[in-house]
Amino acid sequence: MNEITKDLLREISDWDGEFKGAYNIRENGQCAGRMSSRNIRIESKTDKPGLEIFIAPGTKGETVSIPACVTHGDVDDLVYNDFFVGENADVIIVAGCGIHTEMGEPARHNGIHRFFLGKGSHVKYLEKHVGKGHGTGLRSIDPVTEAELEENSVLEMDTAQIGGVDRTTRMTAAKLGEGAKLYIRERILTEKEQTAKTDFRVEMNGRDSGVDLISRSVARDDSHQEYHSVIIGNAPCTGHSECDAIISENGKVDAAPELHARDNDAALIHEAAIGKIAGEQILKLRTLGMTEEEAEATIIDGFLS
Amino acid sequence: MIILLRLENISWNTPDGMPVLHDLDLTVGDGRLIVITGPNGGGKTTLAKIIAGIYTQSSGKLYLDERDITDLDITERARLGISFAFQQPVRFKGITVRKLIELAAGEKLPLDRICSYMSKVGLCAEEYIDREVNSTLSGGEIKRIEIATVLARHSAVSVFDEPEAGIDLWSFANLIKTFEDIRTNLNGSIIIISHQERILRIADEIAIVAGGTIKAQGKPDDMMKLLAENNAVSGKCYRQEEMF
Ligand SMILES: Nc1ncnc2c1ncn2[C@@H]1O[C@H](COP(=O)(O)OP(=O)(O)O)[C@@H](O)[C@H]1O
Ligand SMILES: [Mg+2]
Repeated sequence: MNEITKDLLREISDWDGEFKGAYNIRENGQCAGRMSSRNIRIESKTDKPGLEIFIAPGTKGETVSIPACVTHGDVDDLVYNDFFVGENADVIIVAGCGIHTEMGEPARHNGIHRFFLGKGSHVKYLEKHVGKGHGTGLRSIDPVTEAELEENSVLEMDTAQIGGVDRTTRMTAAKLGEGAKLYIRERILTEKEQTAKTDFRVEMNGRDSGVDLISRSVARDDSHQEYHSVIIGNAPCTGHSECDAIISENGKVDAAPELHARDNDAALIHEAAIGKIAGEQILKLRTLGMTEEEAEATIIDGFLS
Repeated sequence: MIILLRLENISWNTPDGMPVLHDLDLTVGDGRLIVITGPNGGGKTTLAKIIAGIYTQSSGKLYLDERDITDLDITERARLGISFAFQQPVRFKGITVRKLIELAAGEKLPLDRICSYMSKVGLCAEEYIDREVNSTLSGGEIKRIEIATVLARHSAVSVFDEPEAGIDLWSFANLIKTFEDIRTNLNGSIIIISHQERILRIADEIAIVAGGTIKAQGKPDDMMKLLAENNAVSGKCYRQEEMF
C-alpha cells in the first residue's frame, strides 16, 4: 500500500494504521489488504472484479470497511461488490473512494454495489468520496448502488462528496419490502467546472415501508449539478424527499423530483429549495464578528455537515 | 456618567428615498439599561440596525466609547463590542444550537457554559444543544436562542429588538432577571426595544421613538407619565396607535 493510499484512507474512512473490523483495501484496481472476521466473510468474485461480502445472521456492532483508492492517472477501475446481510444483523459498512492524480491523465472509479438486506437487519452505510492532487486529468467517481430490503430491514445511507471530484454520476436504486425503511442523506459540493449528477429510484412494495431522502448540495463557481429522484409507492407507505441546494457564483442546479403513488394509502411528500445563501444569514453571522467570507464558509459547512 | 454609545443627528432614508429616521440623537450611558419604545413603524428596528451597522445612516455620526464608528461595517462594530438580537431571527440548516452559541462566543464552550446561556432564556440545554437551528424549532424557541447568542458575546453594548415576542410568562420573568444581571454583574450597556411594561419598569432610562426620531428620553417615571398622558398605556401591554 503506497503513501497516497494511506492519506486517502485517512480521509475517507477511520483508518489510523489499521481498521477496527473486517476490511478490504482496493488500490488502483488491486487488493492491497484484506481481513475477514468470524462473522463477516470477504471473498473475491470469480466471474468479474469485485467482492462478495457475507455478514452472518445476528452479527451485532461490527464494522466492515471496503475503501477504494486510485493514486495516479490513467486508471479506469470498475468493481462489483455484493453485500449479503444476514437476518437481524446490525452492522456498519464503510465504503469510501479517493482519487489522487498529479498528471494530465484522467482517473476513474466506478463501484457497483449491491445490498441484500435480510429480514430485520440494520445497515449503516457510510460513503465518502474525495478527489486530490494537482493533476489536470479528470477525476471521476461513478457509483451505482442497488439495494433490496426484506421485511423490517433498515438501511441508512450517509454519502458525501465534498470537492475535488470533477465528474460524478450517482445512481441509487432500492426496493423495499414490508416494514422496511430506507434513510438516505446525501451531500455534494461542486466547484470550478465540476459536474455531479445524482439519480434515485425507490420502489416501496411492502406495506408500511418508508423512505426518507435528504439531499443537500452546494454548487459553486461554474459547476453544475443535476438531481433526479423517483419515489414510487406501490403499497401503503410513506415517502419523503427533500432536495436543498445552495448556488453561488455561476453554479447551476437542476432538480427534478418525481413522486408516484400507486396505492391509495401511499403518502408521499417532496420539498425542494434552490437559492443563494440568504442575506440575513450572512448578516446574523457578521453581527457575531465574522467577515462576509467567514460567514459564507460557516453557512456552507453547516449545510453540508 | 460615562457615555458609551452616542448617536448624533442620524437620518436614514429607504433605498427609494423615503425618509424613515431624521434628526435622531441618542446617548447610552456605560452600564445603563435603556428601553426604546414607541408605536409600530416608528423606526425602532431601523435605529437598532443603524447601531449594528446593518443599515448605513444617510447622515449623522455614531461614537462608541468616544471612538468614531460611523464608517465601520457590521463585522468591525461587532468586534468592537456591539451585539444585536434580531426581532425576526434567521434559521440555519445544519448549524446546531451549540455551534451557533459557540460562534457567538468566538470559542468552543464547555457544556455548563452553554447550559447557563440556555437557562437564562428559559431553555433546557440538554434538550436543545444538538438540535439544528432550523424550521423544526418554534418561533419562540428561535427567539430565545437568538437572545442566547447575544448573551454569549458579553458585548459592551447589547441591543435586543422586542425580545419578549413569543416568550411565555415563566421565561419572561427569567429574561427580565437576565437583563438585570447583565447590567449589575457584567457592566454592559443594554438597549431593549420593547412594548412591555415590565421591561419598561427595569429601565434606567426610556427613549420614546415615534415618527422616525426620539420624541423624549428620560427617567422611567417621567416617561411612563408621558406615555400615559398620550393614552398609550393599557394594562400590561401598550396600545401604541395614535401616539404623539
Ligand atoms: N429596508 C427597508 N425598506 C423600506 N422601508 C423600510 C425598510 N426598513 C424599514 N422600513 C420602513 O421604515 C419604517 C420604520 O420601520 P421599523 O424601524 O421596522 O419600525 P418599528 O421597529 O418601530 O416598528 C416602516 O415604515 C418600515 O416600513
Ligand atoms: Mg421593529
